[in-house]
Amino acid sequence: MALLQIAEPGQSAAPHEHKLAVGIDLGTTNSLVATVRSGLTVVLNDALGRPLLPSVVRYGKDGAVEVGYEAQRLQSQDAKNTIVSVKRFMGRGKADIANIEAIPYDFVEAPGMVRLRTVAGEKSPVEVSAEILKTLRARAEASLGGDLIGAVITVPAYFDDAQRQATKDAAKLAGLNVLRLLNEPTAAAIAYGLDNGSEGVYAVYDLGGGTFDISILHLSKGIFEVLATGGDSALGGDDFDHRIYCWILQEAKLAPLSSSDSRLLLTRAREAKEYLTFHGEAPISARLSTGEMVDLMLTTQIFNDITQTLTMKTLQAVKKALRDAGMTASDIKGVVMVGGATRMPQIQRAVGEFFKREPLTNLDPDKVVAIGAAMQANLLAGNRAAGDDWLLLDVIPLSLGLETMGGLVEKVIPRNSTIPAARAQEFTTFKDGQTAMAVHVVQGERELVDDCRSLARFELRGIPPMVAGAARIRVTFQVDADGLLSVSAREQTTGVEASIVVKPSYGLSDDEVANMLKDSMTHAKDDAFRRALKEAQVEAERLIEAVRAAIVADGELLSDDERARVEAAITKLHTTALGENRRHITLAMDDLEAETKDFAARRMDKSIRRAFAGKTVAEIEKTAKGNEA
Amino acid sequence: MDFNADHFTLMGLPRAFRFDMAALDRRYRELQAEVHPDRFAHAGDAEKRLSLQWATKVNEAYQTLKKPLPRAKYLLHLAGHDVGAENNTAMPADFLMEQMEWREGVAEARAAGNHHELEHLHHRLGEQMRCAYDELADLFDNAPDHETAADRVRRLMFLEKLLHEIDDAIAALEE
Repeated sequence: MALLQIAEPGQSAAPHEHKLAVGIDLGTTNSLVATVRSGLTVVLNDALGRPLLPSVVRYGKDGAVEVGYEAQRLQSQDAKNTIVSVKRFMGRGKADIANIEAIPYDFVEAPGMVRLRTVAGEKSPVEVSAEILKTLRARAEASLGGDLIGAVITVPAYFDDAQRQATKDAAKLAGLNVLRLLNEPTAAAIAYGLDNGSEGVYAVYDLGGGTFDISILHLSKGIFEVLATGGDSALGGDDFDHRIYCWILQEAKLAPLSSSDSRLLLTRAREAKEYLTFHGEAPISARLSTGEMVDLMLTTQIFNDITQTLTMKTLQAVKKALRDAGMTASDIKGVVMVGGATRMPQIQRAVGEFFKREPLTNLDPDKVVAIGAAMQANLLAGNRAAGDDWLLLDVIPLSLGLETMGGLVEKVIPRNSTIPAARAQEFTTFKDGQTAMAVHVVQGERELVDDCRSLARFELRGIPPMVAGAARIRVTFQVDADGLLSVSAREQTTGVEASIVVKPSYGLSDDEVANMLKDSMTHAKDDAFRRALKEAQVEAERLIEAVRAAIVADGELLSDDERARVEAAITKLHTTALGENRRHITLAMDDLEAETKDFAARRMDKSIRRAFAGKTVAEIEKTAKGNEA
Repeated sequence: MDFNADHFTLMGLPRAFRFDMAALDRRYRELQAEVHPDRFAHAGDAEKRLSLQWATKVNEAYQTLKKPLPRAKYLLHLAGHDVGAENNTAMPADFLMEQMEWREGVAEARAAGNHHELEHLHHRLGEQMRCAYDELADLFDNAPDHETAADRVRRLMFLEKLLHEIDDAIAALEE
């Protein structure tokens, strides 16, 4: 690893050093990792030169874990222990999973999120996803020859808070520093827009293996502004496979199948779908474990008929997103196609007919998301100069609200609000002397709580007894730039403060993540203590670097005295980080944070004044020209 | 810049109902280019926190000033004339009658699945609202009268809601 780099006090530690950051497309079917190297964005291949990593994880009895092609090859033989399309289970309870009867796993209901029973024990979808991320991280570190400072991980734009939180937990578990969760269509727009110097309103139609997104974006002068987003986080290429699978069962009049047989037929279904992209008909044949033979011919016509409702469903989401954006199909300057499932001819035809223009497919639909994520990671890592950058303004896909009397939802932050966003709402008590209040946070568009996704429940206690209606309880929602929500509540009138910040109930608690980390490390025969120490050291390094960069940029905002104190705190952190006491490192970091708090505020103030001076207009225009060139 | 500055000050705009919308868009983007969390992804926690707060505030200011109804409510709030919609629901009888007629029209068109009629209602209501906003602009910018403005805002709250319902009905028919 790159250990702490020590520079002369007051000098930046190699300010132009390129920091290693990657973009990861954690897909339902395949995952990829990409980076910007010598100014070029490249997808990183495995040792055999393959860019894709099948999102398949196989657990062995001996604790061995296989990820990728090898696991995929064995999926029919060992269906129960070979997890495919785990993304569909992220942040989901058993009841949420569509076509669960065709999925050959032992699901275990658990609070918030299902678990999967394997020979290696019960696995949470977060742990399974973490295996995929670990594999990609190892690939990137081997290929780039160093530790990553961070990663941008993409999620479907239509992912709700539970699914986003689960993804972030998986990254944490894989030892990745998440620079940002980035919406997949937005990532595609970056890759596409920066490549083509596009201006105007674009639609990104993203049909992946298990999720569908539609985003309407305004591209102008280096700014990507998402106007509206929509979709279905449980609709993708897998569903087209499933329709073929059902057709096979019906045509071949098959009895209920074993898990290996249903996995085999799902694989045959997928192969037939892919074959139909270039052929008029696809033969399907399989020998089942019962000895039965399946021998069928699937024509394009039949395939189109049995999947027409799926295609229509995507177009309905497109219409809704356009309405939300206040646009019509004719306002759209181009439609970017993303995701392997957009290769299906009936999808391209339907989208083309809807927008009355040929969809743009000049970027590889499998790679475009990872490429955009890598570009964003490079930007967020600070590898690009000011004025040679761009800005993303993204939105939340689903409204956030609170349960009120009678099981109704009071929307607090409406869907398509630009993030980060915050909103406070006041509530009151309805009984005399009431000292506690239950707060139930939900996400969704429906009016009844039962029709929305429950995100968190918590109780605000210690409200001073008052007559009904006298208390003023202010509930504040804050959505950060990852699209993640935190909620706090406070009683206002008496000055008595009772506030709580919740981590939504579906997410893993910090303890759970810590335990999983510990488990996975015992497995890898790694030393948990070493690992934690190393992480603290890397974090200390990151902080020192950030402060040094800030001093180089705005050192004049510090008085001599303050500067000396900041330098002293840096030196102390340096020294501590060379030692082996993790707690001392954390304390020294806290000290440095405290010494730079006012400095940070002054720098922010300076930034805002700079915006007023209008300097950035020139910078933004320069960026736009740079992109056109 | 004071974190507690009002939205107009933050956006560098005169405190008025009408202003240069392009200037608002421009200033919004300039501010976000400086304060957005993506600019601080590699910074320390203190700066990340400040960036989140400022970017949130800039978004809120932009959303409030961009659309006429929240802008009007905000202007009244700054003038110490909160609309008080919850405690002030008593609207004149003729206005309520008119509202009932509108609602009946929408309900009939919806029940009949009459797409064309709904579009027509949308268009008519849109016209009426445009006039109402023009009047509101005068009540703020030319001959300030916050009492009357507050009344017009309350009426427009009804109309915006109605427009929303018409749009929902159209959307339901299309799906």
